[in-house]
Amino acid sequence: MRRNRAENDASHNKLTRRAALLGGAQLLFMGGLAARMRYLQVDQADQFRLLAEENRINIRLIPPARGEIFDRNGVRLAQNVPSYRIVIVREDAGDVEAVLDRLAQIITLDPEVRERVLAEVKRSAPFLPVTIIDDVSWEDVSKVSVNAPALPGVTPEVGLTRVYPRGSHFAHVVGRVGRVSQADLDALEDPDQLLRIPRFQIGKINVEARQEALLRGSAGTKQVEVNATGRVMRELARREGQSGADLQLTVDANLQGYVQARLGEESAAVVIIDCETGDLVANASAPSYDPNLFIGGISSADYNPLLQSLYRPLVNKTVQGSYPPGSTFKMIVAMAALEEGLVGPDDTAYCPGFVEVADRKFHCWKRAGHGWVDLGNSLKQSCDVYYYDLALKVGIEKISAMANRFGLGIRHDLPLSSVSSGLTPTKDWKKTVRGADWVIGDTVNASIGQGFMLASPLQLAVMTARIATGREITPRLIKSVDGVEQPQGVGAPLGLNENNLRQMRRGMYDVVNNRRGTAYKSRIIADGMRMAGKTGTSQVRNITAAERARGVTRNRDLPWERRDHALFVSFAPYDKPRYAVSVLVEHGGGGSTAAAPIARDVMLQALAGGEPPLEAYPTGDRDRIREQQRKLRNIQPMAKIDGKDQA
Amino acid sequence: MSYLEHSVKSVPTGLRKVLFLNWPLALLLASVCGIGFLMLYSVAGGSFSPWAEPQIKRFALGLGVMFTVAFVPIWLWRNLSGVAYGVSFLLLLAVAFIGEERKGSQRWLDLGFMDLQPSELMKITLVMFLAAYYDWLPAKKVSRPFWVLLPVLIICIPTALVLKQPDLGTSILLLTAGGGLMFLAGVHWAYFAAVIASGAGLITAVFQSRGTTWQLLNDYQYRRIDTFLDPSADPLGAGYHITQSKIALGSGGWTGRGYMQGTQSRLNFLPEKHTDFIFTTLAEEFGFIGGVSLLSLYALIIVFCIGTALLNKDRFSSLLTLGIALNFFLFFAVNMSMVMGLAPVVGVPLPLVSYGGSAMLVLLLAFGLVQSAHIHRPR
Repeated sequence: MRRNRAENDASHNKLTRRAALLGGAQLLFMGGLAARMRYLQVDQADQFRLLAEENRINIRLIPPARGEIFDRNGVRLAQNVPSYRIVIVREDAGDVEAVLDRLAQIITLDPEVRERVLAEVKRSAPFLPVTIIDDVSWEDVSKVSVNAPALPGVTPEVGLTRVYPRGSHFAHVVGRVGRVSQADLDALEDPDQLLRIPRFQIGKINVEARQEALLRGSAGTKQVEVNATGRVMRELARREGQSGADLQLTVDANLQGYVQARLGEESAAVVIIDCETGDLVANASAPSYDPNLFIGGISSADYNPLLQSLYRPLVNKTVQGSYPPGSTFKMIVAMAALEEGLVGPDDTAYCPGFVEVADRKFHCWKRAGHGWVDLGNSLKQSCDVYYYDLALKVGIEKISAMANRFGLGIRHDLPLSSVSSGLTPTKDWKKTVRGADWVIGDTVNASIGQGFMLASPLQLAVMTARIATGREITPRLIKSVDGVEQPQGVGAPLGLNENNLRQMRRGMYDVVNNRRGTAYKSRIIADGMRMAGKTGTSQVRNITAAERARGVTRNRDLPWERRDHALFVSFAPYDKPRYAVSVLVEHGGGGSTAAAPIARDVMLQALAGGEPPLEAYPTGDRDRIREQQRKLRNIQPMAKIDGKDQA
Repeated sequence: MSYLEHSVKSVPTGLRKVLFLNWPLALLLASVCGIGFLMLYSVAGGSFSPWAEPQIKRFALGLGVMFTVAFVPIWLWRNLSGVAYGVSFLLLLAVAFIGEERKGSQRWLDLGFMDLQPSELMKITLVMFLAAYYDWLPAKKVSRPFWVLLPVLIICIPTALVLKQPDLGTSILLLTAGGGLMFLAGVHWAYFAAVIASGAGLITAVFQSRGTTWQLLNDYQYRRIDTFLDPSADPLGAGYHITQSKIALGSGGWTGRGYMQGTQSRLNFLPEKHTDFIFTTLAEEFGFIGGVSLLSLYALIIVFCIGTALLNKDRFSSLLTLGIALNFFLFFAVNMSMVMGLAPVVGVPLPLVSYGGSAMLVLLLAFGLVQSAHIHRPR
């Protein structure tokens, strides 16, 4: 195959030309690649470097330990205990089904749980733990740990959960925590990232909720390097969080426990205030419930009875409840009249059993009337007519203003949920809120703490403490935060005439200690513990003329919810007031029979700092009291803390 | 001018051939492979297993293949071109029936001691066969329709088989390399103009067919095109590869993050970090300077190949050398464009650097042919 040399040269030249063309194109393309590289790596380097760091570094939150809550003597009321759950990691487990089968032989495992775990394991990344069972007992944890070799990939994990060792005794003070709900998140403008951590617990009511900011603490963070599938490769940096602050309450756990036990299943409330500091040493509302039931989510079998009970165990009656103060309000009316100079201590009024005001008859509780009474007797015997008369002279505006000075109608700022402000009515209030004019009968009703007048047991206790001391006592619930003492609640003097106050105290002393006083049966006979007080019985119904005609139905013949509320306020010792107590027994009947005995028991318990000597009681009561003390001694709070250490 | 007319006296014989090897080219190839070992060591987290060690063994084997091929006279290889083409064609057919399926495509033949991709072999044997064809064909017939149709068939039939596997990347490479060889051989430019025009028409048709009953590409291929056109549209899905690859490149900066310090590859954000996307690791760890250095090495290889091709008076040798250089160029140009976000992700490895046995062996074999042409060039 011979070829023409010229032709060969021509084709070789052509090849050279085209090779040069193609080679040039290739080099040009490479130049383009270099330019692109320069654009990405030099011009945009900063932006991509940032993206790479974002890829690589993940910020994880470390939940802080929630602050614990103690009583005034250091008794733990809310604590954090380890809670265990059992998790499985697919890549360590290998054959998940076989491992679950083996686990089911060791601990009880519902078939449903098994299905859920299998589905979840399939969905999530192989290195992520999937929870098999939450909240397992220590026993089960040990069983799993002992059998670890047979259960690859199955490990117990530990977290912290809240426990209330004093259970039902502090449900209405400490409150409770629960899982963060969507409603909790919605309520906050800028929710803490912590709240998004699964299983994070947030305060739901009372101190736990109202002091959430102090108790929660702040999250720590750790920067971890993660790979593309999210597996943590190593920890780069760690910033420890701040644990929540420990709170010490002013409440005395033993006293509180005694009060709750004393109230038992009665629908009642007791507040005890320390007159020297304003400390709330007991704040009991009965019946109560076990807050531990709520922590992991309460079952409807547990919840429905609480919700439906006529005695409303979920309501904190000491601060949430508003009741007509009844005769316990008479001191306010008397003080208003005394301060105005409208009545002197020796001025008397005649009680025929009723007065007629604006064509309406207003009866005294004693149908036959008290005859001639002075201020002291009017308190001692709780004569209503005397106060109708006073109130008409003083007028509602002055009475309500005086009530405000004693802490009624004012919302006391306590870290409890739904603290009520009660109501001290005025003419303007009735006009704007009720749309009606104030009538004279409203004043008459208000004079004996009925009608529109409303107060909470807390307010009544504050009122009593203020009468006892003449100072502006404000209740205090938080004693210290992380050991830092909080300001006490002893305010400035009220600026009232001391003589007038002394007359009130004297009157209240007679209520309890005078043979003719309404609470004489509930007196304390120990010297230095003498108690002064005032009974109150507030109607929750109107007594009709027809009813009155055939004789007023006695309380115990009425259905429970229509019976009168029983109230009693007191302070002791009379000569050097230490504690002020208010007692409310819903629909309990008369204040002297239902409320005063409770007040005496709790007052003595507070004064004695434990079980009081029987000698403080009148001799006739001692046998009954001895029996009662024996019964109450061993009552424990409801606190369902299964499988967990209660210490 | 054919070697037959030439005295073969001046062609070196025996061990003397070693002295006449194109040593600069061999050194360039070895250094590129060396970079590959470095990178494979790095992406394994500083370990020879699982990638660097087998790759080094294959390189040793490939080096042996290269020298063996180089010492065999080029005319023997020319005479074997037809057979080589035929064998690779049969292997391609075989793979279509008994091939092993991986990741949704059927590309591999299990030879017992290694897995072979016949399409890799076809890249070289196609160039060989075309070079032999144009060496045989008188220059004046080159542009005649029948003599143009013949090489078109030689190119298109295996391309169709590869496309069927499906392997879009390799079929584009085959098509372009074959077309490039025809261009070098001197086929009239009007044919190319016509092909480019109809190619544009075909692309239009491909897009028009989407979603219809006569859809021309697989859905995953369309998705890759979509991803290429707008990677941000699906940053966690199909666009993930390109986005992460650009982040890796970009975060390298001028000098890179340092050897074995690349977070993108070490933490597995990069897909296929030891194969198709190995360049991103290099660029992340050694920066712009590292990337451009590798590109320069590649450019030098191309330049050396074109140089020796143009000095060679033997038409088969010239065409073969240029064709192999073109193939090599297409390899890394497509791969780099892909990782830099200039081309869709088509699954073409970075030549001599990416982990992969048959690709490296076949490339070294091809450069053995270039060396053979160099040693046995007419003098």
